[in-house]
Amino acid sequence: MNPTRSILTADPYNIIITGVGGQGNVLASRVLGNMLIALGLHITIGETFGASQRGGSVMSHLRVSSQRDVSPQIPRGQAHLVVSLEPTEALRVLKEYGNAQAFVLCNMRPIHAISVISGETQYPEAEQLKQWVRDLSQKAWFLNATDAAMAMGNPIFGNIMLVGALSGTGLLPLDRELFAAAIGRMVPKDKIDLNLTAFDKGREMVKE
Amino acid sequence: MSYLLQGEKGERRLFMGNEAIARGALEAGIAVAAGYPGTPSSEIIENLAKVSQQRQLYVEWSVNEKVALEVATAASLAGLRALCVMKQNGVNVASDFLLHLAGSGTRGGLVLVPCDDPGALSSVNEGESRHFARMIEIPLLEPGNFQDAREMIPYAFELSEQLRTLVMVRSVTRLSHASGGVTLGELPTGQPKAFFKHDGFILDPLAGAVLSAPVEYKHALQQEKIRNAAERFEDCPFNTYTGPPKPEVLIFTSSACNLYSLEAVRLLQAESRVGIVKMGTTWPLPPRFVEKYLRLAGKILIVEEVLPFLEENVKILAAELAPTIGAKIFFGKRDGTLPATGEMNPDRVITGLAKVLGISYDPMPAAYAQKAAAAVAGGAPDRDLTFCPGCPHRAAFWTIHNVLQLDHRQGFVCGDIGCYSLAMRPTGFETLKTLHSMGSGTGLASGFGMLKPFGMDQPVLAVSGDSTFFHAVLPALANAAHHRANITLVVLDNGGTAMTGFQPHPGLEVDAAGHTVQSLDITRICQAMGAEVHTCDPFDLETTQTILLELLQSKQGLKVLILKQRCALSPERKGRRMYEMRIDAAKCRGENCGCNRLCTRVFKCPGLVWDKAQGVSRIDEVICAGCGVCASLCPAGAIQKEAVQ
Ligand code: SF4
Ligand code: SF4
Repeated sequence: MNPTRSILTADPYNIIITGVGGQGNVLASRVLGNMLIALGLHITIGETFGASQRGGSVMSHLRVSSQRDVSPQIPRGQAHLVVSLEPTEALRVLKEYGNAQAFVLCNMRPIHAISVISGETQYPEAEQLKQWVRDLSQKAWFLNATDAAMAMGNPIFGNIMLVGALSGTGLLPLDRELFAAAIGRMVPKDKIDLNLTAFDKGREMVKE
Repeated sequence: MSYLLQGEKGERRLFMGNEAIARGALEAGIAVAAGYPGTPSSEIIENLAKVSQQRQLYVEWSVNEKVALEVATAASLAGLRALCVMKQNGVNVASDFLLHLAGSGTRGGLVLVPCDDPGALSSVNEGESRHFARMIEIPLLEPGNFQDAREMIPYAFELSEQLRTLVMVRSVTRLSHASGGVTLGELPTGQPKAFFKHDGFILDPLAGAVLSAPVEYKHALQQEKIRNAAERFEDCPFNTYTGPPKPEVLIFTSSACNLYSLEAVRLLQAESRVGIVKMGTTWPLPPRFVEKYLRLAGKILIVEEVLPFLEENVKILAAELAPTIGAKIFFGKRDGTLPATGEMNPDRVITGLAKVLGISYDPMPAAYAQKAAAAVAGGAPDRDLTFCPGCPHRAAFWTIHNVLQLDHRQGFVCGDIGCYSLAMRPTGFETLKTLHSMGSGTGLASGFGMLKPFGMDQPVLAVSGDSTFFHAVLPALANAAHHRANITLVVLDNGGTAMTGFQPHPGLEVDAAGHTVQSLDITRICQAMGAEVHTCDPFDLETTQTILLELLQSKQGLKVLILKQRCALSPERKGRRMYEMRIDAAKCRGENCGCNRLCTRVFKCPGLVWDKAQGVSRIDEVICAGCGVCASLCPAGAIQKEAVQ
């Protein structure tokens, strides 16, 4: 009997990490992937690189299974969890991959598309965005990770806060030790503490 | 130690497809690797370069793909194992040499890994490299998962040495850039010795001179090798079957489509009705293996990406076998069961397979889909691709665009390949008017520049990145210089191959492995060709504009303007602002300025946002890269910069 089987509420468990090119969602998916593989699970990750990273919408599909490698692309309507670094991107992902049972973890920092900057289109109000996300999910958490990360000196920590927040939701068995082990292998020694602080801040953000 | 070298034999690790390929190459004991950067292939050479010292390899970023293949081939001829890597388009570039190489044969194992980009996620085409394997008659393998990607490389090297021919292993974006579990093999020890034997009998494949003549003899030999490969593929471990003993529908598939097919069968709960033949060896097909499975079912669905390559080859075998196995009904790209263009995904396979099985599948309740579509329509404005904040290209195209407007003669710019291809779009003020392959901008400009006798007096410009300059612009520029084409080439020199992640090129003093090497000076090369050359910093909008306008209006012949400024993501600039920016809200006149919101509506750097509530422009401190350019745009002096010490 595989001891990890019971820790997934679905198999494969499908996670989408989304954001805008340059926000560093490859980092978030790598951290999560390394944490989950340490649990003995099979991980398949599909990512966007290259031109599509230049200010475009980017997505990582992270799929977790106790049994096998699966396709690096999640089929339509099959996401269990959406982690979004930017609120309008959460909507875009839900449209393709969402369902009424999905969970959403959403950073509220907007990144304006150039059509918004140039005034051709409008960026929606935060409350309206939250309402749409709630309507399209089972439960959603909204965080201001970028602001907190800026306070720490670098917006990139927002990614780690979201990983911390995900750990805090208890949706997946991702504890602090697992994170410490994974990040320890990924960043230089003098950066580990800052990352742990970001992780803890993220955990705090979802405490009810 | 590099991630690639960690771990014992038998250990399972999370590897990106490209890492798995690189690890496979190390396990195969390669001595040399060469390539030219291109998404989705670049991480293979990058990873090998990182371990080159430790593993005693020679790894280079070559000037272009043809030269990369020649460099790798030299190693093979000297008895070493060598890997050559490129994106699909690169195979077109290398194809002339490729044809002759297939004829001449190889010595040490030689493997070419092209990475195709179905759906053109990071390309301006949806090209296909598999046809080259059939056209030039070399064996072709396609990994169907991450483990295959690692294991196939050593297998391909063995095969190459058994047959003395080049072997192609084709990857695609969704394998190269996806990650999955890979069980490691062993890394060999020992350093091979290089020696090129050339004094044997001319027809001796291991000691004679190396060429593709006498053509008929060598061509027959090549076909013999292909027959031999087909024979070996009959029991190749990469060709597998998953499914019931008597399936109703049989899927033939390869590459990432194998994973999509498995997913489709699972979601349709059709495990008892559908079998999947994963073909790892797609050219030549092993006829008896294919026959064995064709016999199983009456309906055959072929799932693959880009062109119906596997489909056509299976159909040829089926036609030849029809007298013994009977007629089959085929589904795939040719009958429209699967889309003929764009990348494949699980949903496309589900739709096609459901049709063949006569069942229905509903991926999303209609009410949810409607609600979500309405939210996106109202709340998620489309995200057009943009240059990064602080990108030198935005400043460069701002000036080029303005100069062409000021000049009034309907001048135009021929585009080229790199981040600056985005200048086709609003982020580059839609300045580029043609876009084809590497170097084509200058080649086209050279042609346009000769049309004066036919009454054409529009100014002709071309742009080129620094890496593209060496890759394919050089011959076009020589052509323009030689024929005295009246054109202006703007070299956007941002100090590396930015698009693919800063790989070095001959203009830099560093190579793939970080060694100091000879750098070639673009200015002097252009001067030697007889061009009038100017250099300036594109962030200095005024000077750039003055020089360019003058070049266009009062100079004849070949002119080159080199705009030198580092890419915003380069190691030298990333995370380091040159200026702290701030907006004096009291000075910003907002919509009443008369500038038509030059800063945001027109210039559109993502580092500037329009504060609707206050009616003023604002710096987004998370996004702004502190290049200072926008300060010189604002006519009211509201955007202010302060140099960072
Ligand atoms: S990567 Fe560099 S060259 Fe490419 S868009 Fe960004 S700043 Fe410009
Ligand atoms: S200084 Fe201005 S132009 Fe440069 S990145 Fe910041 S907002 Fe953009």
